[in-house]
Amino acid sequence: MGISGLITLLAFVALAAAQAFGFVTSPPDRDMGDLQKIMYVHVPAAWSAFLCFFVVFVESVRYLWRRDERDDLIAASAAETGAVLTALTLMLGSIWGRPTWGVWWAWDARLTSTAVLLVIYAGYLALRAFADEPERRAQWSAAVGILGALNVPVVYMSVKWWRTLHQLQSTPSTLDPRYAWGLRLNGLAVLAIAILFMVHRYKIARLERRAERVAEEEALAYLPMDILEEAHV
Amino acid sequence: MPAASKDGAVRAIKIDEIAQRLGGRWVLRGLSLRVDPGECVAVVGHNGSGKTTLLRVLSTVLRPTRGTGSVFGHDLVQDADGVRAECAMLNHGGGLYGDLTAAENLEFAQRMMGERADAQAIKHALERVGIGAFANTRVRTFSSGMQRRTAVARLYLRDARLLLLDEPYNSLDGDGVSLVDELLASVRSKGGAAVVVLHDLERTNTEFDRVIELAQGRIVAGAARSTIHAA
Amino acid sequence: MRRELARARAVAWKDLRTERRTMANFNAVLFLAVLMLLLFGFALGPDAAALRESAGGVIWLAILFSGVLAFNRSYQVELDDNALEVLLLYPGARWPIFVGKLAANLAFVLGVELIAVPLAGILFHVALTRALLPLTGVLLLGTFGFVTLGTFYAAVASRTRAREILLPLLLLPMLVPVLIAAAKATAALTSGDVMGDATAWFRLLIAFDLIFFTAAMLVFDAAIGG
Repeated sequence: MGISGLITLLAFVALAAAQAFGFVTSPPDRDMGDLQKIMYVHVPAAWSAFLCFFVVFVESVRYLWRRDERDDLIAASAAETGAVLTALTLMLGSIWGRPTWGVWWAWDARLTSTAVLLVIYAGYLALRAFADEPERRAQWSAAVGILGALNVPVVYMSVKWWRTLHQLQSTPSTLDPRYAWGLRLNGLAVLAIAILFMVHRYKIARLERRAERVAEEEALAYLPMDILEEAHV
Repeated sequence: MPAASKDGAVRAIKIDEIAQRLGGRWVLRGLSLRVDPGECVAVVGHNGSGKTTLLRVLSTVLRPTRGTGSVFGHDLVQDADGVRAECAMLNHGGGLYGDLTAAENLEFAQRMMGERADAQAIKHALERVGIGAFANTRVRTFSSGMQRRTAVARLYLRDARLLLLDEPYNSLDGDGVSLVDELLASVRSKGGAAVVVLHDLERTNTEFDRVIELAQGRIVAGAARSTIHAA
Repeated sequence: MRRELARARAVAWKDLRTERRTMANFNAVLFLAVLMLLLFGFALGPDAAALRESAGGVIWLAILFSGVLAFNRSYQVELDDNALEVLLLYPGARWPIFVGKLAANLAFVLGVELIAVPLAGILFHVALTRALLPLTGVLLLGTFGFVTLGTFYAAVASRTRAREILLPLLLLPMLVPVLIAAAKATAALTSGDVMGDATAWFRLLIAFDLIFFTAAMLVFDAAIGG
């Protein structure tokens, strides 16, 4: 097992440890019992998902600035990882909501804006699927990624205002301090997993590009310079 | 290869090892080319050999995947804007707006060049290509030959130093062919240059300084200097 | 700057003149908007109170869904006959193309609204004249944000294989803030509600418009190129 495999193992061990820590150190919630512990995955997943979107933004800007395809590949890897984490956040939120609110979905500010963001990134990934040429795909993805990321705070604000004008159930935003440490540890562990996914995805993308380059060199097989000179070209 | 032609003037076109990949396929595979001011170069080759792609790279529509180049000293990537100021293109399809009249199409071109609409110049250009009577007719109603003439009129208005023409003689009658030849002579006399993609070598009266043959994205070695005359 | 604005004006002139000649697209979009209003009316009515309550949201949904048709067609005119290549070949900045198309699309969608919104007022029993000036403000600000993003995303979507799906998929989630703000503001204003509510939504619309107009301007070169 190489370094990469070791780090992967460590990340998962860290996650298991953080989860165990969380379960052990925090008592069942007064109202919700052990259900509250879903927060140990739901909240870190949400944090990591938003971080991924931030990475998409930064790498999109860098791509437009430097035109280095590595930036495009990092952005794409972050978008995929972020989309998965967002979907996970939503599912866990929904599972938490069913026993708590009695419904599978509530138009709560955070859940709703997370759902919108999932769709925004589905659009980004769909665009990548439909744009064939790598250079074009990179350029367009960067443009779309920047605007999509900019909308993150705007969507959140607008949904929050939309909600406050109609009072409904409150979100699990106020947490008992006893949960705090468990949350932080899990936050780091999930972040480590997210980074791991991104890095692996990026490596795969780089390998794909390397395979293309090998074919490229074969295809290009330049003519020697002296023949070109002779033809006065 | 020397950066300037023998008398030290800047080359009209200078590209080195240009390679272009489109949709996973390598359409251009290491092209190097020098064209001097006053030269008209013909490019021939089968469909798919990369002729149109070459024109698109020269006009900066496509950013070269590999390689470098310049047009009248302006780098294709670093100074794309400078290149665009020097080039005018006649592409497949014509690039005209069907629901505008011939005159309106030319007026749009002038305004996009940052100039004021000059009705006199437009009228003159349209008459020069023989469709002065159709100035106020919608381009959509034109035959393809007339559309081509409108596009040529637009090239006269643009007065660019480098002309990139993609199969300009297609669907033109004898008069139309002369018009394109005239256009090429005109740009030559002003010290400009032209790269003309041809399908059919025989339809033109222009003496091309060189004929370059493309095959699978490469210039076929030994493409000789030759002059082509109408059969 | 003046030169670039002149070029933007030329693009707007070209698009509007082209549209005025055929009117095919305008009629199609207007027809769809009216049809949507009717369908919403059938689905939500016939109780006048229910209709009145949902009017704000319905108006904006009708505008968004029918307006989406307008944006791809704005670039279609460039893709026919390969005109985009020639358009991109003129020296100078690319943002005038964006601003020109934005202006033309804005005129187009506002034109549709001029007919569809009063009609919605009638169908949904809403007194639009109650707060006409602020209402016009909401329409202008909301439409501007909508058209800014529509013009931007269509530059990309119209040149892919799946433009009919890709444009709504890219555009509509981005419009959630506009939809919320405009629908709520419209509802607040037409029900004679406290001006306080509508003010918050106005601020959101202005912020949205500023952020996305600026971002789209900065990034348009990448979207129209490639």
